[in-house]
Amino acid sequence: MAKVRGAIDVDKELCKGCGVCITACPTHVIELAKQVNGKGYNYAYMENPEACIGCTNCAMVCPDSVITVYKITI
Amino acid sequence: MAAIEIKDIIKKENLVYGKTKILTDNIMHYCPGCSHGVIHKIVAEVIEELGIQEKTIGVSPVGCSVLAYNYLDIDWQQAAHGRAPALATATKRLLPDHYVFTYQGDGDLASIGTAEILHACNRGENITVIFVNNAIYGMTGGQMAPTTLMGMATATSPYGREAALHGYPLKITELIAQLPGVAYVTRQSVQTPAAVRKAKKAIKKGFENQDKKIGTSFIEIVSTCSSGWKLSPVDSNRWMEEHMFKFYPLGDLKDSERNSEEEYKKYIE
Amino acid sequence: MGELKLMKGNEAIAEAAMRCGCDGYFGYPITPQSEIMETLMLAKPWETTGMVVLQAESEVASINMLYGGASCGKKVMTSSSSPGISLMLEGISYLAGAELPCLIVNVVRGGPGLGTIQPSQADYFQTTKGGGHGDYQVIALAPASVQEMNDFVGLGFDLAFKYRIPSLILTDGVIGQMMEKVIVAESKPRWTDAEIKKISGTWATTGKTKDRERHVITSLNLESEKQEIHNHHLQAKYREIEVNEVRFEEFQTKDAEYLYVAYGSSARICQKSVQLARAKGIKVGLLRPITVWPYPTVRLSELANQVKGMLAVEMSAGQMVYDVRLAANGKIPVSHFGRYGGVIPSPDEVLVAMEKFIKEGK
Repeated sequence: MAKVRGAIDVDKELCKGCGVCITACPTHVIELAKQVNGKGYNYAYMENPEACIGCTNCAMVCPDSVITVYKITI
Repeated sequence: MAAIEIKDIIKKENLVYGKTKILTDNIMHYCPGCSHGVIHKIVAEVIEELGIQEKTIGVSPVGCSVLAYNYLDIDWQQAAHGRAPALATATKRLLPDHYVFTYQGDGDLASIGTAEILHACNRGENITVIFVNNAIYGMTGGQMAPTTLMGMATATSPYGREAALHGYPLKITELIAQLPGVAYVTRQSVQTPAAVRKAKKAIKKGFENQDKKIGTSFIEIVSTCSSGWKLSPVDSNRWMEEHMFKFYPLGDLKDSERNSEEEYKKYIE
Repeated sequence: MGELKLMKGNEAIAEAAMRCGCDGYFGYPITPQSEIMETLMLAKPWETTGMVVLQAESEVASINMLYGGASCGKKVMTSSSSPGISLMLEGISYLAGAELPCLIVNVVRGGPGLGTIQPSQADYFQTTKGGGHGDYQVIALAPASVQEMNDFVGLGFDLAFKYRIPSLILTDGVIGQMMEKVIVAESKPRWTDAEIKKISGTWATTGKTKDRERHVITSLNLESEKQEIHNHHLQAKYREIEVNEVRFEEFQTKDAEYLYVAYGSSARICQKSVQLARAKGIKVGLLRPITVWPYPTVRLSELANQVKGMLAVEMSAGQMVYDVRLAANGKIPVSHFGRYGGVIPSPDEVLVAMEKFIKEGK
């Protein structure tokens, strides 16, 4: 059976760390970083990259359009 | 099976979702988690999907989204407070083959601009109205809006909105839905992926209705203002679901299902 | 050569609008100018020239419809009378700030407040000294005949587009309501999309094509330094207009020892007073500003070296007289005579005022 793997690319300098993507993610991939970006925000990143299914939910709710989503079928 | 590395996935050919080209590279001035960003994005995506960039004219309001013209790569007019529907009326009548939309907040549309929105809708102007209702004045620092809920504390209703002092919250969308000139009225939100999909579909329908010349399309987006509400973005979404949706229930308020100018004329008569 | 017609001043405005290729009229009824929209609605120009005519819900909406229409590079106009123009002032400030060409007609009535529906010239300050907020000007044309009501529609649009500025026809209930013969211009077609692109293609919101950046019509500048630069630009434009666009008419000024300064219907009355005065052997002349902004300051300043005094005659408590005093700059006595609140002075009482002025020097 085909398996899907996804990944997100967060433009961490533009992320405002609102965390809306975290609640939108069905597979708990995203967390806010302990570090801050140039603007002082704890930016979003993939804490559990293996769990990403490339569903685009996070990108869809991102107010600043800083998330790009990729997906492959294995 | 060899382990797949992230860099193998993040490749141009595997792209499934990215920022639409209709959005500029300007960094939005909105606060973290602000609904405006999502709404801007879906309006931009609709313009891209319909291929109408060259024919679209946006009218921005006074309020937080006054600077919407910095973010969508289309021609824009920036209106005086509340007057966006008047600008859109003239623009659409003078350029009838263009797609004209207003983007207005609750203070702009439901308070100072009540006359303009009601009359533009009542004339059935063939425009699309995007009404962002977060029940507060964001730009000026969190004052009471016409749509502020009962009991809700703001900078100018610090002890909570009470009817005797402030009057009742205004369900302007329900008023608009009564008007014969209006073809489509819906209330949406953008706090979850499912909600974003539905809101985008509604906005798309609003723009497509301009082709049919069947009257005004009015799309309210119940939104958050985490700075004004003094909550985190995630908590704001939760508060909106618990409180705002009770008073401003989501869904279509009117879908006249008129499919052509002829049907519209028949309906009016 | 155009056709000869007999019409009211207000009708002449409407007729001229249709003939000069106007794209849109947006207005709200108010006495004494409602015939303008009535004439347009009766003529149905949308079936002939394609001109849009719309009765808006208010003057506030009307002026903002002008903002929208003008943003598209279209020739748009509105008309109203004093209380309605007061409502439009915010919009006029926005139009001036965003440098949008348009035409506004003010058929002035007596104020303040709801006042009277009778003629007045008490909106001079409102027109020439801003009225709305911020440092701005509009080009203000003051017709003194029905012919000029007709002519200044086209001229108003020409100047508006030449300088990207609102033009305003400052007239009153006398000129609006009276009937005179008019030679109407040959009809000109409305501008095509290609012509609009040529004239206003660098700024108008006609849809962002691939060959250009997006156009944004706004008067907002959150950075003060940039807003100051924008103001410098506006002021430079206003100085240019002051040099190039001053219009006035002189009547028997060559040997004049005293001068009436009056515009619009007051100028018509003063013209008669000049004749009455000359019949009595008093050498009086008249200078009639045709543009009340830009004002004929330079010519009045020259005349201040010739005449012994200037009497500003206005249907107001004394507004334009301040500009006359500035032009005379203390060289000679300057005074004011006015009837107001809707009362029109007679040539005789204007002459009496002049005789008193000559005798008493004030």
